[in-house]
Amino acid sequence: MVSAQATHEVLEVLRHVPDPEIPVLSVVDLGIVREVRDDAVVITPTYTGCPATLAIEKSIREALDASGHSDMRIETAISPPWTTDWISDEGRAKLRAYGIAPPSKHGARCPQCDSAGVEEVSRFGSTPCKALYRCRDCGEPFDLFKCH
Amino acid sequence: MQPINERALKLGDDSLILGQRLSEWCGHAPMLEVDLALANIALDLIGQATLFLGRAGDPDALAFRRDVLDFRNCLLVEQPNGDFAQTVARLFLFSNWQELMLRDLCSSDEFGDIARKSVKEVAYHARYASEWVVRLGDGTDESRGRMIAGLDWMWRFTPELFEGDAAPLRGEWDARIDAVLGDAGLDRPKDSRPILGGRKGHHSEHLGHLLTEMQFLQRAYPGATW
Ligand SMILES: [Zn+2]
Repeated sequence: MVSAQATHEVLEVLRHVPDPEIPVLSVVDLGIVREVRDDAVVITPTYTGCPATLAIEKSIREALDASGHSDMRIETAISPPWTTDWISDEGRAKLRAYGIAPPSKHGARCPQCDSAGVEEVSRFGSTPCKALYRCRDCGEPFDLFKCH
Repeated sequence: MQPINERALKLGDDSLILGQRLSEWCGHAPMLEVDLALANIALDLIGQATLFLGRAGDPDALAFRRDVLDFRNCLLVEQPNGDFAQTVARLFLFSNWQELMLRDLCSSDEFGDIARKSVKEVAYHARYASEWVVRLGDGTDESRGRMIAGLDWMWRFTPELFEGDAAPLRGEWDARIDAVLGDAGLDRPKDSRPILGGRKGHHSEHLGHLLTEMQFLQRAYPGATW
């Protein structure tokens, strides 16, 4: 029987597993970890074709094994689909500090100077989850984490 | 032997073949932003294909070791890329249909989970392609001419999208397509004799060429992993 304490412990381990494409975020910040059960960690892919999905599963496996939780399985669930609403507040703050505008339903703001005077350069950026933007005030190009 | 899930094959093969086609642009697109966009769209589609084909069997075996006659994708997605405008035309016509089709599939017991995940991605593809139709159609004489030629090439393969269960999607698709063509200042291409058969495995020669490249490695080195 695994206690709530152990579940909590696993979550702490996962808080230190970085996302391979945006390493400033952990897989917990990003909302990829959907649930920690007694016997399994349930994860969800962000985009169906995200090439990081396999790498993420591998790093979670390694972190679990290294922390003495090799009995925990990893399950993948695609429903309900992942949405950027699952990115934690802490995750949003980390994104902004890293220079990536966090997803916002109220329009993007420049992560450098906080101006709302920004324009889309390309809807598809360096990874499936990001769009390329430019700030008209400070001139900096930046990635925007797309609402999804 | 269990009969193969034909529905899953159709859904998966559409995404797989278009994903493979779009990936051919990787490193060759007219601009860096377009290169990134097409590669990202291709990734979304290949991800969807993995999920759908997973409901019909082993997705890798189905993608890499199946013969051309056993593919069930529509003819539209296997058409060659042509120039950028022709690629945009295909993505525009297909993604607008795929978004409507997936939206209806969201309530299905069998595929609802995949559809709910994919429909958000495809809505993006449809918007992206629609914006390019307007940009090219409403651009220079050169871009406009190419957009018209691209749409003309692809148009005869669209009736196949509305065969069988998908017939009710026709009205809404027409309205979407007409609205974008209107914004682009383009006429709707003339209907000609529809070309059908992809869903039954009667493909154009283009699919065979695509598969020789896509399947080369697993055919030459069966079971290779890295
Ligand atoms: Zn700025």
